[in-house]
Amino acid sequence: MNIEGRGLTIGYPDRTVGSGLDVALSTGEVLALLGPNGGGKTTLLKTLLGLLKPKAGEVRLGGKPLDNYSIRERARVVAYVPQVHISTFAFTVETVVLMGRTAHGSLFSRPSGQDRAVAQAALERFGIAALASRPYTMISGGERQLVLLARALAQEPQFIVLDEPTASLDFGNQGKVMREIRALAKSGHGVLFTTHDPNHALRAADRAYLLREGTRIADGPVATVLSREQLEALYRATVERLTDRASGAVAFLPG
Amino acid sequence: MTRSALPGLAIATAVLIAGLLLAFTVGRYPVSLGDILTVLLAKLTGQTADVSTAVQSVVLQVRGPRVLAAALVGAALAVAGTAFQGLFRNPLVSPDILGASSGAALGAVTGIFFSLGVLAIQAFAFVGGLVAVAAVYVIGSAVRARDPILVLVLTGVVVGALLGAGVGLVKYLADPYNQLPAMTFWLLGSLAAANVSDLLPLFGPVAFGTVVLVALRWRMNVMSLPEEEARSLGVSTGPLRVAIVAAATLTTSASVATAGIIGWVGLVVPHLARSLVGPDFARLLPTAAILGGGYLLVIDTLARTAAEVEIPLGILTAVVGTPFFIWLLASMQRTWS
Repeated sequence: MNIEGRGLTIGYPDRTVGSGLDVALSTGEVLALLGPNGGGKTTLLKTLLGLLKPKAGEVRLGGKPLDNYSIRERARVVAYVPQVHISTFAFTVETVVLMGRTAHGSLFSRPSGQDRAVAQAALERFGIAALASRPYTMISGGERQLVLLARALAQEPQFIVLDEPTASLDFGNQGKVMREIRALAKSGHGVLFTTHDPNHALRAADRAYLLREGTRIADGPVATVLSREQLEALYRATVERLTDRASGAVAFLPG
Repeated sequence: MTRSALPGLAIATAVLIAGLLLAFTVGRYPVSLGDILTVLLAKLTGQTADVSTAVQSVVLQVRGPRVLAAALVGAALAVAGTAFQGLFRNPLVSPDILGASSGAALGAVTGIFFSLGVLAIQAFAFVGGLVAVAAVYVIGSAVRARDPILVLVLTGVVVGALLGAGVGLVKYLADPYNQLPAMTFWLLGSLAAANVSDLLPLFGPVAFGTVVLVALRWRMNVMSLPEEEARSLGVSTGPLRVAIVAAATLTTSASVATAGIIGWVGLVVPHLARSLVGPDFARLLPTAAILGGGYLLVIDTLARTAAEVEIPLGILTAVVGTPFFIWLLASMQRTWS
């Protein structure tokens, strides 16, 4: 199965953000979306999620136009992990994860015992089952990110789309989220995430998609797309490339 | 796994029972608990009670309808406030945020201005509230914006101000000796005139709106998330928002039509209920309804017994509500931050 955007012109009613964009994501694959602020990353993300209508072109999910899916059907195939936020009300962690089951129930139903089992499994997978009865407002930023990941997993989707999943996390939690993203691909999910750090793309993604001022600069395997030259062109900044002599791993430093 | 709702629900129920006892027994004509139970039991079983007719008429005709009306209005305002606070993701929202009260107020003062009967005035108030919210919704939806919730709230404020000007104009034109006092009294809220014939038009809409909201309880949890997040979880936010607003407006308009404008209940009680059972609407809505009923019963009993003349409800709820809300702000921030 795959999500595919063809010839997309993206933007808001009053403003066009990008055009001529082709993007595809298959199950079992991780795609990283990179680019400077205001380049259209979030807009492209929302268009692929169906939260924003493309101004031209079309998004297809599993070969069918995204518009053919109801909001509920869509939520059972694609899950969205927004940037970590503080919610208005102090729902428990368990309730937040159970909200991922909404699309599997009817309009008037509450989560069933089976829904609770799925939520519990998702909490356990990310090692946060002990937080279940804590208020979501009183856990750390890293824990919140994992809770939102667990909620996405509870949707039992084929694709998970994450908006800057590492943005507000400390160094250790960034690594943890990268590992979880790899693990999600291994369990058959297609994962798309935006990031400001090319190193995160190198760590977690199979492919990288470089977006600048609404135009695609490059799209391909991380090893070939993420070069010093491409990154300097993408960010209009100087970039230094480091190689670890022992492992051969590569990292980039800005400036 | 999650903390039990039982203690919170028990406290709310205790408040309601205390409110009921207080409202039935306290007053200018004291009635003993035993007499009340005898009269009510006799009424239920269809027998004649072994108490004086004065006591019977106080319980059944005077206090009974007023007690039921107070409990229903309190419950209705609390449920509507709970729904709107969730929908607008803002704990400072009250049931009149979309203009239900100002629309009802304009309807009522217009009815009084044309010297209509009590029922017609109530009908005007009810319809006024519904029309005002519908207008706010249509205007708010016509404005294309990225944040429909914010636009809706701002439209509510603006339309509410316009309706307020309308109320001011009608009061200015009204007969200062007959009509103006009636308008002022209505706008301050009172249950003094509540009688048996008020109960059905009040109960119908309140029960229907509450049932709809309780049925949607899980979806309402999701609706309290940001718009795009709720949609990505599979919730059709547009139609659902219409349903929630309609249900909450129905309960608000019905209670405003019966009791006039009573502020604070819909703002304070949801907070109190949330601190008792947490934010999950499945527990929050019933708890808020029970607590709201008890709260308004206590306030209404105060209103008719605290002074020689009856104190308007709107004034008492503000006097009690303001310090209470400040205390709440200081001690319970964690429930929403």
